[in-house]
Amino acid sequence: MNKIISAEFIAPDIKRFVVEAPLIARKRKPGQFVIVRVRENGERIPLTIVDGSPETGFITLMVQGIGKTTKTMNQLEAGDFVRDVVGPLGKPTHIEKYGVAVCVCGGVGTAEVLPIAKALKEAGNYVITIIGARTKELVIAESEMRTVCDEVIVTTDDGTYGKKGFVTEALSAILQSGRKPDFVLAVGPLPMMKAIAEMTRPYQIRTEVSLNSIMIDGTGMCGGCRANIGGKTQFVCVDGPEFDAHQVDFDQIAKRQKQFNAQEKISLDRFTQENHTCKLEPFINQPEKQ
Amino acid sequence: MENSPILTKKNRMAIPRQKMPEQAPEIRKRNFNEVNLGLDEETAVLEANRCLDCPRPTCIDGCPVRIKIPDFIRMITQRDFLGAAKKIKEDNLLPLVCGRVCPQEEQCEKTCVLRGKFQAVSIGRLERFVADYERKFGNFTPPHVLPSNSKKVAIVGSGPSGLACASDLIQWGYNVTIFEALHEFGGVLVYGIPEFRLPKEILRYEVNNLKKIGVKFVDNFIVGKTLTIDELMTEEGFDAVYLCVGAGLPWFMNIPGESLMGVYSANEFLTRVNLMKAYQFPDADTPIHIGKNAIVIGGGNTAMDAVRTSMRLGAETATIVYRRSEVEMPARIEEIHHAKEEGIVFRMLTNPVEFISDENGWVKSVRCIRMELGEPDSSGRRRPIAIPGSEFDIDADLVVVAIGNGSNPLISQTTPDLKCNKWGNILVNGAEGRTSKRGIFAGGDIVSGSATVILAMGAGRDAAKSIDEFIKTGAWNESAPTALPTP
Repeated sequence: MNKIISAEFIAPDIKRFVVEAPLIARKRKPGQFVIVRVRENGERIPLTIVDGSPETGFITLMVQGIGKTTKTMNQLEAGDFVRDVVGPLGKPTHIEKYGVAVCVCGGVGTAEVLPIAKALKEAGNYVITIIGARTKELVIAESEMRTVCDEVIVTTDDGTYGKKGFVTEALSAILQSGRKPDFVLAVGPLPMMKAIAEMTRPYQIRTEVSLNSIMIDGTGMCGGCRANIGGKTQFVCVDGPEFDAHQVDFDQIAKRQKQFNAQEKISLDRFTQENHTCKLEPFINQPEKQ
Repeated sequence: MENSPILTKKNRMAIPRQKMPEQAPEIRKRNFNEVNLGLDEETAVLEANRCLDCPRPTCIDGCPVRIKIPDFIRMITQRDFLGAAKKIKEDNLLPLVCGRVCPQEEQCEKTCVLRGKFQAVSIGRLERFVADYERKFGNFTPPHVLPSNSKKVAIVGSGPSGLACASDLIQWGYNVTIFEALHEFGGVLVYGIPEFRLPKEILRYEVNNLKKIGVKFVDNFIVGKTLTIDELMTEEGFDAVYLCVGAGLPWFMNIPGESLMGVYSANEFLTRVNLMKAYQFPDADTPIHIGKNAIVIGGGNTAMDAVRTSMRLGAETATIVYRRSEVEMPARIEEIHHAKEEGIVFRMLTNPVEFISDENGWVKSVRCIRMELGEPDSSGRRRPIAIPGSEFDIDADLVVVAIGNGSNPLISQTTPDLKCNKWGNILVNGAEGRTSKRGIFAGGDIVSGSATVILAMGAGRDAAKSIDEFIKTGAWNESAPTALPTP
């Protein structure tokens, strides 16, 4: 049982949790993840470790409520407990001085990239980060990112904040400006990571992506997270989660991500039903007027 | 004793081997309740009376932990069931488990003098009977535990090997902590072996008994990641470490289509169902794909567990595909027999060459090739050879690959001075279980490769002896470990 120290929504459906996990806080490195089980009979899901401090013994996790498990987790508040937290898992991000490093991130991926961007900066890189979001209120971790990066570019699909458009367009502008990045990291939705990989391929820029597969144990035992990397089967949990983007078979991963869609819908419907508050309730419960 | 009239050898040999009462196949193939119901008292006594109580018993030689078999069976004939349970526990602390999952026909019952024409005494069923009896009627009487010697031993992995090692060391006065990566204890007994063969309640009972006598259990702790082995020794002050992390890295066949949706490793399929209780979905959150036509590839106990699980989840047809013939199957005879009774189809001398996709990326069939048996290979079994041009397709929307496990690299990756062979198995110094690293011992599947529950338990008990000797004497033979212990 791990105690939640603080829990706050930082954007619609995106909640930041600070959780007590002293051993993980001491060991974790940028790019690693934990497996979390919210409650008894719950699923085991991987969550990237966004931050951690050996002094406090706390780690930070960012949860986007999409399915039943993440929505259940997002109902938890400070003082509640998460049933199981195990880690740190996966290989840490390889950090070195490349020169110009571009981090491209979308959604909660932005929070996940933050510790990596920081480490890249500390290693002596010139770090440019491109943050993408659908709309203004979904842009997260921008101010933290500005403190660790040399440049931060924000794009929103609807143009409500930053540049209107996609992260790919921002990266394309950099590539066409003649300023060739030495390293690109992309963390976010699969179509975005695939698009970035295709974009840097002709330039032969070393590009890495962080894959987020369906996992159970997270230690290499089940093989559920397997992905085709350069024609070879690799396990995201122990061989990754970061891989050479130009070797990844994104289409296969996209299919495998959907394999439980039907069951996920059943779970989510049940969750919605159980958490439905009847709009008539305030009226029904009112004492009858005399 | 009044209850046991003097029986002559001839009388005893005239008693037929007693049958295990089971759930009817038509009913059990759709539920997860235990298949074998257990012997009742009268049947157990009758079966026990078949034992000739040989002056020089050969059955004990067949048991990896050398249970005093004739002694406990004699106590059953005298209706001293609790005494019989105690007698078994002198050598095996987990009879509830072993009485259910040991391959007795390859061990104690194989060396019983009655084997063959008269059929061996059902030693396994009797072991299970007394263990069940004790759980039902006996109060848990803790074994005698020596006063604490304040020496700390870490056991990495809570599977059968770890539990067996812990049970010895705790009784000898050690301070024992078991570290488990998952959220439940029992290793393969909880994630691998299904409820219908080994109810989880039984495992929890065994783990609780170990807790009662002082074994500390730590869940969600990955040695190598959460703390390294060196940190356990230097920072946490452990005097010795026993590594029994199991095999646990599933092999795939490296054929096209292996990552299609609907294709699972046996580890994933069984872990979803057993550990995560996917058979209770959506009451439990972890989903599983229910196949109409399930195919399980492999011939071991894990394959039998997977195929019978797919039937219980609701498959219309469930098929075993195996590249050799039935006699070469490593699965227990009882499991094969049960599977057949439940309507499992067996396609022997058949080997998959490709998994074929439908238009949405789901597996729709398995392309197989027919095999024939050639000369014996290194395992002594006749080598299967593909018959060119004999390919054919079998419809399948659920495929489970159950062809075995390699070794998990987490420990070796994070402990560079621990010597392993090229397959990642930890090298040890014979049965002593000493590794290349001082104070570190290893045993079970991570050393031997995939084997059985009882062999892993035997290795755990051997390791307990060496750990005891090492801590008492401080002596460490530095000669490089080379050989794997022979099972």
